[in-house]
Amino acid sequence: MSLQNLWFTLIAVLWCGYFLLEGFDFGVGVLLHLVGRDEAERGLMLRAIGPVWDGNEVWLLVAGGATFAAFPQWYATLFSGFYLALLLILVALIVRVLAIEYRNKEADPLWRRRWDLAHTASAAVPALLWGVAFGNIVRGVPIDAAHNYTGSFFTLLNPYALLGGLTTLSVFTLHGAVFLALKTDGELRDRARKAVLLLGPAAAVFAVVFLSWTQIHQGTAATGVTAVLAALFVLGGLYATWKDRDGWAFVGTGAAIVAATATLFIALHPDVMPSSTSAAFSLTVANASSSHYTLTVMSWVALAFTPLVLLYQGWTYWVFRARITGRDALPPRPAGSPATEPLRPAA
Amino acid sequence: MDALAIARWQFGITTVYHFLFVPLTIGLSFLTAGLQTAWLRTGKERYLRATKFWGRLFLINFALGVATGIVQEFQFGMAWSEYSRFVGDVFGAPLAIEGLLAFFLESTFLGLWIFGWDRLPRRIHLACIWIVGIGTTLSAYFILAANAWMQHPVGFVLDPVTHTARLTSIWAVLTNSTALVAFAHTIAAAFLTAGMLMVAVAAWHLRRDQHADTMRPSLRVGLWTSLAACALAALTGDIDGKIMTEQQPMKMAAAEALYHSAQPASFSLFTIGSLNGQSEVWSLRLPGLLSFLATGSFHGQVQGIDNVQAAEVAKYGPGTYTPVIPVTYWSFRLMIGFGLLAALVALAGLWLTRRGRTPAPTRRWFYRAAVWSLLLAPIASSFGWIFTEMGRQPWSVFGVLATRQSVSPTVGAGTVLTSLIVLTLLYAALAVIEVGLMTRTARHGPDDPPGPADPAEPEAEPQLGFAY
Repeated sequence: MSLQNLWFTLIAVLWCGYFLLEGFDFGVGVLLHLVGRDEAERGLMLRAIGPVWDGNEVWLLVAGGATFAAFPQWYATLFSGFYLALLLILVALIVRVLAIEYRNKEADPLWRRRWDLAHTASAAVPALLWGVAFGNIVRGVPIDAAHNYTGSFFTLLNPYALLGGLTTLSVFTLHGAVFLALKTDGELRDRARKAVLLLGPAAAVFAVVFLSWTQIHQGTAATGVTAVLAALFVLGGLYATWKDRDGWAFVGTGAAIVAATATLFIALHPDVMPSSTSAAFSLTVANASSSHYTLTVMSWVALAFTPLVLLYQGWTYWVFRARITGRDALPPRPAGSPATEPLRPAA
Repeated sequence: MDALAIARWQFGITTVYHFLFVPLTIGLSFLTAGLQTAWLRTGKERYLRATKFWGRLFLINFALGVATGIVQEFQFGMAWSEYSRFVGDVFGAPLAIEGLLAFFLESTFLGLWIFGWDRLPRRIHLACIWIVGIGTTLSAYFILAANAWMQHPVGFVLDPVTHTARLTSIWAVLTNSTALVAFAHTIAAAFLTAGMLMVAVAAWHLRRDQHADTMRPSLRVGLWTSLAACALAALTGDIDGKIMTEQQPMKMAAAEALYHSAQPASFSLFTIGSLNGQSEVWSLRLPGLLSFLATGSFHGQVQGIDNVQAAEVAKYGPGTYTPVIPVTYWSFRLMIGFGLLAALVALAGLWLTRRGRTPAPTRRWFYRAAVWSLLLAPIASSFGWIFTEMGRQPWSVFGVLATRQSVSPTVGAGTVLTSLIVLTLLYAALAVIEVGLMTRTARHGPDDPPGPADPAEPEAEPQLGFAY
């Protein structure tokens, strides 16, 4: 495999990792008010993603950095072309960080209610827009001979890409529900399971239609296999939830996300950003990449440090493997205490 | 305004804003780790309460650093696509390595530290916060290596086919003299920022005669940290000045608004009049000081703006190679001035608290100065960045790529203006929320020590309130 193809694969892996991990964070955010009935329950849901969400988001930053380093032309065309869409994503990601991190820094119920609402909105926007963005990348957008995007913001809002957005939004939400069923217990878990069974069919339909459309348009034998696998994994995950096997259900939706993301990248290859203006203007693995020397350096760095990252991130999930129970609930606010008093550990 | 000007404003605003949080994150991670180490080694419960208190402030600040950091990585591609195409082969690598080596480290181990109080063995839990500190420092190193390459590009050739920069030695990029000295200078600024925050918050409590058991040691730690950081910042700033004179002579000339080469060159503390080289009304000058800053000798020759301009025209062709002189002149002075002021506060504080003394709450001037000195380091850092980035203009990569050639060609002024307005308003709102939360948390102070009737072991407490 050439270094260029290796880096295309590594970037695909980074996006798979990002969607697999941040996908359930987004899902928990979207479901915050649907599964959580009150402030305390929403606090427990946040607790489930609390130790890991930031590490999950780094997958995006590394995917972005790796694209810059390995395919500067791809990075430049994509980020300048999708400017306003990325601005929306940025605003949402910024708000979401604070909604997660600041929510429990005050005991004031209004403060918490507002951050929870901001959290749901700021989780739904990127969950939708990443699908729209990838729909457009795979389908191709107007790009001129100088590799600059010539469309507008509204060019990106075409039916195929919007369907991609609904697919990521629904699948991430489903993945979040499965994660909650795995990580909580009692009533919260019951409601999360109910959400899985309600959402599952809708997510499966969106995913099947979107992947079939992709297959018809630019599918190969390999994408056919991964797309079918993605559909089977979703159904497997739903079956596992039905059978009360939360761990297997999470494996199912996680594998479905990886298979669906792989489908998109395989459909894309050897282009990295096809031009709908003329195939001659498309950015490809060959014409968008960095020099052989840079790719060699980056490969050694990745080889040396990726295993280490996987090891300690995996260890984090092991440390926090226990289900979140009511015992982990926040102490109730003492009556009459000032609303602005920061929360303190219960003795 | 055209897209170029708006994009520059956006980069300036978002970067200076991001860097309000970064130094505090770096400095406070180590100070918190130090306090937790003190708790583990001495077993004194007040160090645990101090750790948790400063840890709370650290986390509030960390969140905003993370949130605003994403914009930094994205906007190179969004607003500066020509720059990204040109430099990606060189500049992308340190950015990607920063993500893989530093971001994963700090985010993952911070999660372990926040939620691991009652889940991890004490020593491993302590290691987590140290690793967070190491992660933030690694991050600073790689991003400064990337920035140093813009100040002093090394380890590359211009590709004759693609007309872009092509990396020839990653080692040269990572050991760039500019990067190493900027790294030391920035880390010094980070410790000064964190030290001064400790001084300010501790002084606020001590003046009210409360939490003395945790706040007096915090005050001393903050003062010593600040003084040491000031010394390191001065030392590294001095080396940086000499490297800069060699690598970017225009920047040193612009720092003094020195139009004609001089030997020896004096340093003006301030100037009344215009800085266009013509009508200086009055200025207070220290003879020979600029020569010393630039060359290490009080008699050294310093090149003037006009001379460097002529030399650069000869080298790069016709054009203006002069930055905006009033900006470089004043930002250079304000950076140094606010840094020196911080050193003064630290010295005064150490004197007043020597040998176990605590200044009486009636010494209002001291406490008031200590609380406001919180602002000194962020102001000095901001002017430092404004100086070094504005002083490099009109280049984005010195001597290689002009800023006007770096902007995204197909992103319209309206689009960039939209993002400038959206991000500025969002950042302003976040600043209000952040300052409010920091202030309330700082004023609330550390938790009270457990009473005799409440022998709860600290590590057995649920730590939710601490974090989430």
